[in-house]
Amino acid sequence: MVGIASSFSQSGVINWLVQRVSALVMTAYIVFITVYLLANPNISYAQWSELNSLLSMRLFSLLTMASIASHAWIGIWCVLTDYVTERLLGPKADIIRKVLQVCMIAVILIYLVWAIDILWGF
Amino acid sequence: MLNVSIYRYNPEVDNEPYMQDFQFDTQGKDLMVLDVLEKLKIEDPSLVFRRSCREGVCGSDGVNISGKNGLACITPLSEAVKGNSLIIRPLPGLPVIRDLVIDMSQFYAQYEKIQPYMINNSPAPAIERLQTPEERAKLDGLYECILCACCSTACPSFWWNPEKFIGPSGLLQAYRFLADSRDTATAERLSKLDDPFSVFRCHGIMNCVQVCPKGLNPTKAIGHIRNMLMRNPT
Repeated sequence: MVGIASSFSQSGVINWLVQRVSALVMTAYIVFITVYLLANPNISYAQWSELNSLLSMRLFSLLTMASIASHAWIGIWCVLTDYVTERLLGPKADIIRKVLQVCMIAVILIYLVWAIDILWGF
Repeated sequence: MLNVSIYRYNPEVDNEPYMQDFQFDTQGKDLMVLDVLEKLKIEDPSLVFRRSCREGVCGSDGVNISGKNGLACITPLSEAVKGNSLIIRPLPGLPVIRDLVIDMSQFYAQYEKIQPYMINNSPAPAIERLQTPEERAKLDGLYECILCACCSTACPSFWWNPEKFIGPSGLLQAYRFLADSRDTATAERLSKLDDPFSVFRCHGIMNCVQVCPKGLNPTKAIGHIRNMLMRNPT
């Protein structure tokens, strides 16, 4: 039986809102980076490094990483609970889905910690 | 002659479902799909399907007609026939009992979940609970649902999680009572819907709107429920 224990939030409203807000943050980040690179076609490493050392830029990057993590969690969870189910794949599906959910959460958290390490350094 | 291909399955006889082909003479008339089924049943009395009012009111004869769910009694051949071929299957996603008859228990279980009746514990007035014309108008486009299941069985989210996702038909009915000024259980109703499945498995693909034989819009009703859930955190 498909459960909601591994859902990002137990509330459908919160999941729905997080999915939309995170999409807006990611879009804003992509637009900003694209415009910045188009406006600075001959960008040097020093200039790129300076941009990414600004506190505002680091916060923006961190927010985007958190958005990617939460967006991926909710989206992949939906896909797994739709398609990796007993109904579609038989009795082994429940354990396969739970393993995939644990792997998904682990990968997302590792990427998030890795991104924080890159942005802020430990 | 029209080529008619019909899904056949009798679990007491057949190992698996198969499509049976018939040749049908329409005599140049734009018959309804139900007329074709009725005439073919005379030819082959073992063919099983549900029907009752034959005028789009009872919702009994929902079937998949050339790939699109609809009521056989109000779908003319001119809409259903593609390349001189008419293909009739049971509504998808629910277990088949026999031929075109499906087991709708799961569909009704979801309908039951949303408490499809007025809840108002205040003392009943002498005559009736009154509404303004504006309050009554909010129910238009909601109360007309005939529970034919064409929408829910066209919805992939309902196919994959029929025991958890209410489905478009049930949610349309849920909003019918949420929008009713005479109902006082709004908070209780909403609290039962705020989980990741009941409402939020709707991804807005609008298959339900495309197939509804009554021209209703479950996706819009689901949007209203979503807004109510956001405005009234449970």
